[in-house]
Amino acid sequence: MKPDAAPLAGAAVQFRNVTRRFGAVPAVDDVSFDVAAGEFFALLGPSGSGKTTCLRLIAGFERPDAGQVKIAGADVSGVPPYERNVNTVFQDYALFPHMSVLENVAYGPRMRGVAAEERERRAREMLDLVQLAAMSGRAPAQLSGGQKQRVALARALINGPGVLLLDEPLGALDLKLREQMQTELKALQRRLGTTFVYVTHDQGEALSMADRVAVFNAGRIEQLDTPRILYMRPRTAFVARFVGSANVIEGEFARRVVGTRGAFAVRAEAIALAESRAAMPPDAMGCEATIVDILYHGASSRWQVRTDAGEALAVVRPESAGGQRQFAIGARVRAFWARESLVPLADA
Amino acid sequence: MPGAFASEMGFGNPRRSSASGPGGHSPLRRVSSLLYRRSTLYLFLLLLPPLLWLGTVYLGSLFTLLMQSFYAIDEFTATVVPKLTLATYEQLFRHPANVDIILRTLAMAVAVTIACALVAFPIANYMARYATPRMRAFFYVGVMLPMWTSYLVKVYAWRLILAKQGIASWFAATLGLDGVLEAALATPVIGGPSLASSYLGMFIVFVYMWLPFMILPLHAALERVPQNLLQASADLGARPRQTFRSVVLPLALPGLAAGSVFTFSLTLGDYIIPSVVGAPGYFIGMMVFQQQGTAGNIPLAAAFSVVPIVLIAIYLALAKRAGAFDAL
Amino acid sequence: MPSERAPLGQKLAAFAGLAFLHFPVLIIVLYAFTTEDRTYQFPPPGLTLRWFEAAFARDDIWTALGLSLQVAAVATLIALFLGTLAAFALVRSGFRGKEAITLLFVLPIALPGIVTGIALLSAIRTAGLGAGFWTIVMGHATFCIVIVHNNVIARLRRLPASWIEASMDLGADGWQTFRHVLLPQIATALLAGGMLAFALSFDEIIVTLFTAGHERTLPIWFFNELFRPRERPITNVVAVVVVAVTLVPIMLAYHLTRPKEQKD
Repeated sequence: MKPDAAPLAGAAVQFRNVTRRFGAVPAVDDVSFDVAAGEFFALLGPSGSGKTTCLRLIAGFERPDAGQVKIAGADVSGVPPYERNVNTVFQDYALFPHMSVLENVAYGPRMRGVAAEERERRAREMLDLVQLAAMSGRAPAQLSGGQKQRVALARALINGPGVLLLDEPLGALDLKLREQMQTELKALQRRLGTTFVYVTHDQGEALSMADRVAVFNAGRIEQLDTPRILYMRPRTAFVARFVGSANVIEGEFARRVVGTRGAFAVRAEAIALAESRAAMPPDAMGCEATIVDILYHGASSRWQVRTDAGEALAVVRPESAGGQRQFAIGARVRAFWARESLVPLADA
Repeated sequence: MPGAFASEMGFGNPRRSSASGPGGHSPLRRVSSLLYRRSTLYLFLLLLPPLLWLGTVYLGSLFTLLMQSFYAIDEFTATVVPKLTLATYEQLFRHPANVDIILRTLAMAVAVTIACALVAFPIANYMARYATPRMRAFFYVGVMLPMWTSYLVKVYAWRLILAKQGIASWFAATLGLDGVLEAALATPVIGGPSLASSYLGMFIVFVYMWLPFMILPLHAALERVPQNLLQASADLGARPRQTFRSVVLPLALPGLAAGSVFTFSLTLGDYIIPSVVGAPGYFIGMMVFQQQGTAGNIPLAAAFSVVPIVLIAIYLALAKRAGAFDAL
Repeated sequence: MPSERAPLGQKLAAFAGLAFLHFPVLIIVLYAFTTEDRTYQFPPPGLTLRWFEAAFARDDIWTALGLSLQVAAVATLIALFLGTLAAFALVRSGFRGKEAITLLFVLPIALPGIVTGIALLSAIRTAGLGAGFWTIVMGHATFCIVIVHNNVIARLRRLPASWIEASMDLGADGWQTFRHVLLPQIATALLAGGMLAFALSFDEIIVTLFTAGHERTLPIWFFNELFRPRERPITNVVAVVVVAVTLVPIMLAYHLTRPKEQKD
């Protein structure tokens, strides 16, 4: 069953049944998907899920063992990286230490034979775009992480690539800087209209930046959808747990609470807590549980409850719901949710 | 406008306009791309010249050496008979004099190794444990310089020092150690008419020569012993000597093993030092040199040189067990 | 590692050991200036520079020196070329035969010089070659290749793979990447390896005695003097010159290759 979306006409990147093995293990296992031109596309998944290998397949650092990789409709197997109209922003920035910032940015045009004056002008233009014009004479070692990242960005974009590949570019930055860069990258992509393919293991990042997200697990795509659909309607237990940490109700628990065996997901925010003996609203389902832990997160709190049979549920309540003052650890409560909040999952 | 900047920069073409510039379809780029696609061909081309050299010059020579050791010299014509035989090896091991030579060399190699370990330890330990970074760099250069100084110059220097009226005897005289020196020289086997012609002198020179080769790996190993291990040991009630025996020594063993590989194999194969400084007894290296020279008995020389190869191979296997290769 | 105060005994032992390592060469340097040329009196009765004059007038010393320099130069050039090729090949991960080839590159240093010497000699005799300049170079180049290879591969290993990928990603092919990104990075390693190789070749005696035939490099000249000493102080002068000539490249190589963190 192929969980990916329908093929797109005029796609910027196309994967057709691509497999890449390292030894006996398939890092990418029969993967097919399309990236639309001008879209911000995210590859999301835990380490080792194959997302970075897919990126490298587009860039040309890896060759598929089976299947086809197409860029702008043309099959690029056998085409070396320096002949693909694709550029990469690396995780460790990969700035050349023996060149200044300006020389780094001008590297691509230099390799193509652009005259010194012209390439310098273009490089300064790019540095303006990423707001680093003042640093053009510095050596990479003198820059902060965020600044290096912008230089890497400028260095890639100056070549006018059809697709920009980003390999977990914000991983090394602290939280505030990361959030700022996310906004800037998204704005940049909108302004340029370039197709961005973005690899990350941070689901929050993928959800906030991307137009569509492909969720990877063990070399395969489990679901390819817009962030909203991924969040509201996860298709498998893995996606439910990985994106937004939904609760997964399956097996015996499902039979007791839902009425049928199978796997279901329900968002932590969709669950409400009431006193143990309180009546349940119509069209709702739930169970009895004991409060095990309460984690305070400022605007909301995350509650861990556990049923007598030992199943755990996570519940997120906003402060405005008057949560923390109501119940204490050890109290018995009734956890319930609306029937329509329950999402059926495909069996694993 | 969202797309304007993009199209101005030429965004969106599937293939870079590679025809422009020094890249393009120049023959150099075509070769580059070919080699990029065929990485085994690239590897092959890279390795061919150095392997050709090392293969023919080095391996080829080693092979000829091995072959020669299985030939024998015709006693009457004094030419090498190219027929496979064990006669030369027989000659090597049956002759008590030859066996003496091997044992003598082996004994010296072992003695030198032990002495080097003992002398190197305080230096390496000081460097690793007590020296400030500045002092450590100073010591490092101080150990490295003599290591790289000309081998012959060092041997020559010792010959002068150990000569009958040389510095060593002056030194002993000034310190009032005449008696000790004479007693040492009077000892059977290791003594002799002067330090410069005794096994004792040879021993001193060997230890001096290979000392840096023992200090550096030992220091590297000792440096890796975290300070807090020693503190933990003291905290648990161990006296300094116990800490040394139970904590420092086992952790320093890979470094000792690595250093000993050098001292052992270098002593085993040396022929210049025994010729220049030392008693009349022959060493393996001297035999090899002599046999190929005046006697022209290459097979015997070859057979003699196979002995250190085998001994070193065995020693390397043992040293590997002790973790020497992790310490290098 | 943090340092504690050393017990006095250990400190003295360490410094004594260091002094022991240095004093023989210092003695030789001293003796190059002695006025006495017959015995080895210590302390030397007087100091003079005339032995330096005498040594510089000796033709045989100059010839030997010239040969040593030529051999070292040629061997180093060969080693730079072959050693770099090998380093680029061996830095790649796991291909068939890599372990065997790595072992091959360790052998010239691991086996004692005498084995290399006698092996080369038997090969030369078997092949019917004449021993001379080129056989000397052959022997030297073999271990010089290993020295250069070790230096270059150590540097290459510290290079992040992403730099090469980034360069190719930006439009540079293999050759351009080598020229613009790799070469600047390995330049100092090449220089250091080359200088070490030069110094080792210049000083080499153990293998050279087997492969030189009738040629005399400076170490061979020196070796002969050990057994037939004619004018000892002149030998001392040559010793001082040899030490000085090899010292400079060694120190330069050390400065070029020590990791930045060790700088104080």
